[in-house]
Amino acid sequence: MENRILSANEIKKILNKLADQIIREMGSNIAVIGIKRRGAILAERIKKILDKKTKRNIECGSIDITLYRDDFSAIGPGPVVSGSELMFEIDDKKIVLVDDVLYTGRTIRAAMDQIIDYGRPKMIKLFVLVDRTNCRELPIQPDYAGIKMIVGKKQIVEVRLKEIDKKEEVVVTDIK
Amino acid sequence: MNWKRKDLLGLEELSRQEIEFILDTAKSFKEVSTRPVKKVPALRGKTIVNLFFEPSTRTKTSFELAAKRLSADVLNFEVSTSSVSKGETIVDTARNIEAMKVDCFIVRHSVSGAPLIISNAVKSAVINAGDGCHEHPTQALLDLFTVREVFGKISGLKIAIIGDIFHSRVARSNIWGFTKLGAKVTVCGPPTLMPRGIEKIGVSVCYSIKEAVSKADIVYLLRLQKERQQENFFPSQAEYRNYFGFDTKKFDLTKKKFVIMHPGPMNRGLEISTDAAEKENSLILQQVTNGIAVRMAVLYLTVRQVH
Repeated sequence: MENRILSANEIKKILNKLADQIIREMGSNIAVIGIKRRGAILAERIKKILDKKTKRNIECGSIDITLYRDDFSAIGPGPVVSGSELMFEIDDKKIVLVDDVLYTGRTIRAAMDQIIDYGRPKMIKLFVLVDRTNCRELPIQPDYAGIKMIVGKKQIVEVRLKEIDKKEEVVVTDIK
Repeated sequence: MNWKRKDLLGLEELSRQEIEFILDTAKSFKEVSTRPVKKVPALRGKTIVNLFFEPSTRTKTSFELAAKRLSADVLNFEVSTSSVSKGETIVDTARNIEAMKVDCFIVRHSVSGAPLIISNAVKSAVINAGDGCHEHPTQALLDLFTVREVFGKISGLKIAIIGDIFHSRVARSNIWGFTKLGAKVTVCGPPTLMPRGIEKIGVSVCYSIKEAVSKADIVYLLRLQKERQQENFFPSQAEYRNYFGFDTKKFDLTKKKFVIMHPGPMNRGLEISTDAAEKENSLILQQVTNGIAVRMAVLYLTVRQVH
């Protein structure tokens, strides 16, 4: 069973609305960092919206958190390490960290560790398209969330973006 | 592709896909060394042992840095100060160190096959850092990585490997690596230092450096291993230099587009002239830089497989 939560149009509206909120609350000196892969695509889109609204060129990068995972000893097919692209100084920047879905919070923990290895940002705010509010394993909460929802552990939230998936939507499906 | 091996003993047993997988993984590790904090926590809590029964500076340092940049702990086992000099076998040495709960051995030994013997005796990962005249897989991987970085591909390129082919584990690993990835390999050196029947593993043999270089995209000069020349394979070092040394008098580096590679340490004025080593065609220092990334990838992939 597949349940559609957000349409392409709704995703677009959410990004626009939250971009306004980011500008209002965070002011200047913002940089956007996305977590690969879908977080990086959303980050790129947010950057473009912020560029337009602020008439500035906002810095944007992406990180691959594979090497910072805490489940290294779990033997299994090794995830392919795809590398990080952070080509700007992050010292004193106000970082918007972007991911598609917030679930246990472990990915965000890994991402923050990695960002801090690059320098000392002024602050990090968390942006997610979908916040699964009931499954957290670490004390991590989003500052900007497109949609908050309770999703059972037997289900997954799939964010599909046209750059990777050809389709643009958010759905909830059962784990096969 | 899923990486399944806990050991890296040679390139002979690897498939083309496996070699390319290591090179792809290494690409992302290269970026780590350019960061302000040159470290990722991927192997935190793991212990890696440099087990070197033969002297080495570059390879040992390169492995040590690679391990440290992955946050592993490194133990350097010095053979001169060890119980090996008291008569212990290599298997006992390895088992005793493993009993202290280590995760990976990086082995260099003057006897071909020593890393294999150790890998059969321990559960830890074993990486061959050069064994006798057999293989030096991470050297060939970093050479492949460097060539791919410069040319954007390996398939279709022509490489001339020049020097003491007979004693060279670097040559053997590179022959496996480059032929598997579709390059055309020519080996060149004095007939006394050319292994008989080497054509059978898919290389062409040539005894003139001029001819070998004239067709090459990559000129790979081997170190003349003075320590392995007790049997008078050639009359004198001067004669070797005259016939097989690479210098800018023999070759106009401005005319033809080829790159020069060398596994180090160089014998300047013997297999390579000083000015040739400094030319912009030379990839020698780039090879050293890439050695870290490639060894990080190899450690990351193999140590993950240790249960």
